Amino acid sequence: MRHLSEYRDASLLRGLVARLQGATHRPYRIMEVCGGQTNTIVRYGLDQCLAPHVTLLHGPGCPVCVTPASYLDAARQLAMRPEVVLCSFGDMLRVPGSEGTLLDCKSAGADVRTLYSPLDALKLARSLPDKQVVFFSIGFETTAPLTALAVLQAAEASQPNFSVLCAHVTIPPAIFVILQSAEVQIDALLAPGHVCTVTGTQEYERLSLEFGVPIVVTGFEPADILQGVWSAIRCLEDARAGVIMQYSRAVTPEGNLQAQRLIQRVLTVTDREWRGLGVIPSSGLNLSPQFAGYDACRRFALRLESGSEPGGYCARVLRGNLAPCDCPKFLKECTAEHPLGAPMVSSEGACAAYMQYSRSMHPFGDLGGA
Amino acid sequence: MCLAVPGKIVSIESEGGITRCGRVEFEGVVREVNLSCVPESAPGDYVLVHAGVAIGRLDEGEAKRTLALLRELIESAREGGHEAS
Repeated sequence: MRHLSEYRDASLLRGLVARLQGATHRPYRIMEVCGGQTNTIVRYGLDQCLAPHVTLLHGPGCPVCVTPASYLDAARQLAMRPEVVLCSFGDMLRVPGSEGTLLDCKSAGADVRTLYSPLDALKLARSLPDKQVVFFSIGFETTAPLTALAVLQAAEASQPNFSVLCAHVTIPPAIFVILQSAEVQIDALLAPGHVCTVTGTQEYERLSLEFGVPIVVTGFEPADILQGVWSAIRCLEDARAGVIMQYSRAVTPEGNLQAQRLIQRVLTVTDREWRGLGVIPSSGLNLSPQFAGYDACRRFALRLESGSEPGGYCARVLRGNLAPCDCPKFLKECTAEHPLGAPMVSSEGACAAYMQYSRSMHPFGDLGGA
Repeated sequence: MCLAVPGKIVSIESEGGITRCGRVEFEGVVREVNLSCVPESAPGDYVLVHAGVAIGRLDEGEAKRTLALLRELIESAREGGHEAS
């Protein structure tokens, strides 16, 4: 078992699609809150395989997209300091802040680098003792333990030239805001599988109970998504809520306790601004006071200023209120070459996925003729 | 961003808390991975790796159960049933 190709098997997918076609006669709207799942859905054309009255909505599941301009502006300020090497995940370099991107800083001579992991930033700091290496750390609960791990390793080694611009956010408070606002009718949710690998499912039980909405903890392969949608529809047909576990090979109800301990030890919960959603109480993670010495904002006396948020349409896309293809700017003023907003920049942004796969899309996308 | 790739642990290279690491194979490519969040993992185990760190172990039994459920779902459709779940 490779835990990958089994869930991409064309005959399996064909069978599942046939099953889903007749699964319900009612109109249902199901939201996923994970850019990886959005990508799979659009890449394999899964949304087009369902009965026409079943709609998949894309929520704020791309951490690059929801990171507010204020953090990008702070990262740009840091990058322009001569002693700083500013590192982050690749897509962060191309997302616009209030006045430009980190790549613009690089063009202006700043040392800005793409790294694969916060642990690589710590390695870089060891190899550049005369520089200050700052990792611009974004991501959901999947990524937060990695930042915690890097900071803890730095603290144990008393690494003096490593720090973190910490912009982590957590998913359940954002789901709460979206369900509470009722701006978008959502009948069921697919919960992000890898976030739940770390956190477990307790918070989702609470959300399901409070809003009476079924939540299916779902994986990332096409068969996972189709099974997740099937489970959601079954619950809705039976008028049941609760948390259903589709991704049981990777998620347990209690989650990864070791990773949770790392988060609790190094990070602390705070209110945080999200692009498209505003400030959400208790939705962010900062370095805890014990590790404040590794906080780039503190080390460089930076204040995070709330920036102007470009693109009102982007905000609606992030809330699931506007499908990328219904945005008046999509593929007109806003393209991969000239993105107007984060959802078009990030590889996990809904607009980028629509742009990349929609044009030549047929069911099962790049499985080809499946 | 939350992309995590399944890989098979080939060897444990070093024990020891937050620096525990091992070599993990992904479809023929072997990379070093931090294994501190999966302290009980051993060679032969499949782990989910996110940006160089294993965030969880994959449960072989659960994977088989999921695949069996998927097949059952399709079979029940062919037989004209509607109640598989």
